[in-house]
Amino acid sequence: MRITQGTFSFLPDLTDTEIRAQIEYSLEQGWAIGVEYTDDPHPRNFYWEMWGNPMFDLRDAAGAMTEVSACRKAHPQHYIRVNAFDSTRGFETTRLSYIVNRPTNEPGFQLKRNEVGGRAIQYTIESYATEKPEGSRYK
Amino acid sequence: MSNAAANALTVAGSAVAGSTATDAVPASPPDSVDLSALLADSHVNEVLDELDAELIGLKPVKARIRDIAALLLVERARKQLGLIGGSPSLHMSFTGNPGTGKTTVALRMAQILHRLGYVRKGHLVAVTRDDLVGQYIGHTAPKTKEILKKAMGGVLFIDEAYYLYRPENERDYGQEAIEILLQVMENQRDDLVVIVAGYKDRMDTFFRSNPGLSSRIAHHLDFPDYQPEELEEIAQRMVTGMQYRLSASAVAALHEYIPLRMQQPHFANARSIRNALDRARLRQANRLFALKGRSLSRDELMTIEGEDLRASRVFS
Repeated sequence: MRITQGTFSFLPDLTDTEIRAQIEYSLEQGWAIGVEYTDDPHPRNFYWEMWGNPMFDLRDAAGAMTEVSACRKAHPQHYIRVNAFDSTRGFETTRLSYIVNRPTNEPGFQLKRNEVGGRAIQYTIESYATEKPEGSRYK
Repeated sequence: MSNAAANALTVAGSAVAGSTATDAVPASPPDSVDLSALLADSHVNEVLDELDAELIGLKPVKARIRDIAALLLVERARKQLGLIGGSPSLHMSFTGNPGTGKTTVALRMAQILHRLGYVRKGHLVAVTRDDLVGQYIGHTAPKTKEILKKAMGGVLFIDEAYYLYRPENERDYGQEAIEILLQVMENQRDDLVVIVAGYKDRMDTFFRSNPGLSSRIAHHLDFPDYQPEELEEIAQRMVTGMQYRLSASAVAALHEYIPLRMQQPHFANARSIRNALDRARLRQANRLFALKGRSLSRDELMTIEGEDLRASRVFS
């Protein structure tokens, strides 16, 4: 099942040219670029691993693209996203975030029903991928 | 267009003018391209003329910059015709004595390369050893890479580059910075231009001990020392720039001062002149203070007199 998280996730995967154009746009807005990766695709997993520090004061997308490709090379079977952080007072948050790399095979999620007090049911979703320990998923 | 290279461009341009690139069908590359139109389009002549007008002397440097501009324009024309030769390497080394205008020219270089479309953004990131080399193991690589990322799309100017290499300490982290630099200079030529600068003799030793770096730098520009007349002209411009003016006696004093100063140790070309003028301002201020009790005219506040310069220890 294809994960849809962040901007553009219902579109076909972005090409490198498109990613570069998005980074270029973010830099024009004065946002800082960060690259993050994870192998836990749960939608509530906000804390992805940082690939190096966020890049402030960039002028050109080439620098950020180097990091994206370096991260892809190190983690070809992980989810990788690019964040654009706006430091303007009042925003101070991520303004744009999109996936730039995903595993070839995404097994999807299982729905777990947990009967609690009386006949009430709690629903949990769990990725099939996370059954294996971190680092050995998506091989 | 005063220069022979630029004239050659115009002649070649008018010879092929007639069918310009714009009226060709986009599907197949056009057969000819108008160089003079490209030249006008890039506005590079304005920057070059500015360079001629604002920087005094430096003939060989200006000539080389014009050559580079011509090369890049031709490269752009070739690209329009679908000829791919790989982008030329434009890493440079600026060598010369102190105060010969290396940093000033580097700033201009970024502008020129941007106008010619060689670098995408045209900014200049000026760094020294401290910005590239870390303090402990594992600190250097991220630091250097961060600077390189910031410089991408523009020009990275490494001032006093010879400090990167410290032969007396074999565990110095400078070597690591040089290696990363070399890698990026080779693989990401389209993304940034590296200019290393420093004093001639020390740069020569630096290049001798780092042949890899030397061979990756295509353009070695040597900045000549200024002649006394050139220094006088520079002094006049500095004075005007600071909104002062030299009286007739001050001009005469300067004329004598420059050759005397040139013979003294630690002569740093334009920088020495700037320092001399700064000290003259100091003495002028003192002289004006001595006149207390009356108001000063605008003219008095602006004028540097001969005595302000003659008080220098150079004359003693």
